[in-house]
Amino acid sequence: MYDGWKILVGLIIGVVLLAYPFWPDTEKWAAKTPEPELTAKAQEAKVCVEPKSYIKTEHMKLLDQWRDSVVREGIRQYESSTGKIYDISLQNTCMECHSNKSKFCDQCHDYAGVDPFCWECHIEPEESM
Amino acid sequence: MGIKRRDFLRLAGLSTLIGLAGKTSFKWLAPGQVEASIKEAPLTAGTKWGMVVDMTKMDEHVMDKCIQACHRTHNVPKIENPKHEIKWIWKEAYEHTFPGQHHDYAAEEYEHRDFLLLCNHCTNPPCCRVCPTKATWKREQDGIVMMDQHRCIGCRFCMAACPYGVRSFNWGDPRKADETLNPDFPTNPEYPTRAVGVVEKCNFCAERLAKGQYPACVEAANEIKKGALTFGDLDAPDSEVRELLHEHYTIIRKPELGTGPNIYYIV
Amino acid sequence: MLEKAIQGSRIYWGWVVILLGLIGIGFLFYLTQYFEGLKVTGMSRDVSWGFYIAQLTYLVGVAASGVMVVLPFYLHDYKAFGRITILGEFVAIAAVVMCMLFVVVDLGKPMRGLNIMLYPRPNSILFWDFLVLSTYMLLNLVIGWNVLSSERKGIHYPGWVKPLIYISIPWAFSIHTVTAFLYSGLPGRHYWLTAILAARFLASAFCSGPALLILLCMIVRKFTRFDPGTKQMGTLAIIVTYAMILNVFFFFLEVFTAFYSQIPSHMVHFQFLFAGYEGYGRLVPWMWTAAFFALVSLILLINPTTRKNEGTMMVGCVAVVIATWIDKGLGLLIGGFTPNTFERVTDYWPTLTEFMISVMVWAIGLFVLTILFKVAISVKEEVEGVR
Repeated sequence: MYDGWKILVGLIIGVVLLAYPFWPDTEKWAAKTPEPELTAKAQEAKVCVEPKSYIKTEHMKLLDQWRDSVVREGIRQYESSTGKIYDISLQNTCMECHSNKSKFCDQCHDYAGVDPFCWECHIEPEESM
Repeated sequence: MGIKRRDFLRLAGLSTLIGLAGKTSFKWLAPGQVEASIKEAPLTAGTKWGMVVDMTKMDEHVMDKCIQACHRTHNVPKIENPKHEIKWIWKEAYEHTFPGQHHDYAAEEYEHRDFLLLCNHCTNPPCCRVCPTKATWKREQDGIVMMDQHRCIGCRFCMAACPYGVRSFNWGDPRKADETLNPDFPTNPEYPTRAVGVVEKCNFCAERLAKGQYPACVEAANEIKKGALTFGDLDAPDSEVRELLHEHYTIIRKPELGTGPNIYYIV
Repeated sequence: MLEKAIQGSRIYWGWVVILLGLIGIGFLFYLTQYFEGLKVTGMSRDVSWGFYIAQLTYLVGVAASGVMVVLPFYLHDYKAFGRITILGEFVAIAAVVMCMLFVVVDLGKPMRGLNIMLYPRPNSILFWDFLVLSTYMLLNLVIGWNVLSSERKGIHYPGWVKPLIYISIPWAFSIHTVTAFLYSGLPGRHYWLTAILAARFLASAFCSGPALLILLCMIVRKFTRFDPGTKQMGTLAIIVTYAMILNVFFFFLEVFTAFYSQIPSHMVHFQFLFAGYEGYGRLVPWMWTAAFFALVSLILLINPTTRKNEGTMMVGCVAVVIATWIDKGLGLLIGGFTPNTFERVTDYWPTLTEFMISVMVWAIGLFVLTILFKVAISVKEEVEGVR
């Protein structure tokens, strides 16, 4: 084989790098799993607009539907699957309970490397640090 | 033996295109999700909102209060550079408000007066006609020419199309506007700001109408001078605005353009 | 065939490196605009479109002008143009690339640009503009590439290319008509609200584009072994002449309507451009320079002696390019927005950032043009060397 040693060395380096997830002690290097904190108000409310499992995976889609509903169709009321009616508003409904954005929303978003542009316009609630 | 390189590239390209087209068309053609959980609630009762500005009752003080109320309610920043200013409602001299109407012997009373200007929420709005993404459109349910800041790409075609100069663009980040001019920005934490690169204008306080409140400017004006601004449903024959229009002579801006503005001025 | 683009003389590579350098510098300026917003330009609430869109308008014209080479050859069997149709088509591609880039750099939210396709609005002329421009670029790319590679192999191009060629001819007219429609349907802008705007755009396109093509042919002849042909350039010059006559004539028609009717809303824009309005007259020297060069170009091109002499023809073509660029690239946009709908003037002039970003886009276009031309010329040199 031509350049046999070079290929072997390169192969070994490649395999070692690819095996990174299995290197020992990498848990210490990885980012901490997110632990979003609920505010007292959120804990009191017990449920979000929809059940936690749905909200966790679908809140982005829900917010998209909400914004079209309010701005484009003029419908500002949302009836959740529990039958309760909510005012559709990121700033005034969602953030009223989850007013600790940096300890709640940002926890998962930062971990996943997601930067939703909602906050370019929608005002983040003031947090007492 | 084997496939020629050129044919392979053709096949790869074609498969990618078909794959993309399939994915896109699935998104386009997929049935819209029936949101049984979004319930319709009565928004506003009017189907064609309009406003009458009674210049016989208007004065500088009232106008200033209207502007302040509107801009504070909607977090409109004060921008130092007049080229980049954002205004939803403002004052303009008579000869520039009605340039086609003005002549050399205008009545003393109007020659040096300011008028109150805002988006006319036209019946036949050219801005909506030109928007490539329907980020601005005339709402069917209430006639408001609305802005969807989520969709606006900032092409500014609407600004070119509007014959009345009512639209403003965010040339910079509104949140980075001069702090000395905007000490308590945002002035209304219950309403969003805008981001850099989108167009904005008066939205007839759609969010207030939904709660059964009058537009901020109307409320502010009527607190000082009752009847200076009258807001109502032009489709309802017995509404206050229709009565005023029936009784008084009114002028509109640039009627010859056929846009059908819905802000009427009693002079 | 693309491998031809990576084989070249030192001059070729030197030119490519210069272009890449300009692109890089311009990109740094673009980053400031991307992060700060469009406030780094000279545009304002009153003059909300400026240098970028003006360049777009000029370049759509240049792109449309490819048809002036394609039409005589494919529709009327003017065999002489066979040598240069590919050059015309490649100029069109480079021009459309620049057009689309100028839109991207002008958008307030360029990352949302695809909304035009995701939420299509047939009501909006901008939607159609995007559609016809992209299709035109694809058409020229497919046609040009296939014809060129067939030429290289010494065979006739495949039959399915022919209908595409026939489509591309009216399509070229349509791209500039649609661009004119962007302006000529806006009710408040009386400088643009004229039926003749589309005709004027086309006339201006068909003189500026072929003039640029003649100049490019001269450069090609000087730096490569391929000679586009004296006869070809001569015919192009005749096309430029007639188109420029029409362009200037249409302009005078507009001036007549404005000033004989004495309607202020029509007159004020011409007054602002050529005499100044209420003390604002930044564009006045530019417009009269354009007028001067237009006159020079007409004198040099109409007179057959000076048109047939390549030296004076070249001067004439340069004069056409200068005059049409000032007219479309400066006068049209700024004059259209000034005075504004309140009959007030807000001064506009591109800032350094705006200019450097435009330089970046022009450099990208020239880069695309260089690559495409290198491929085309190398293939033609190869074919002629063999024959």
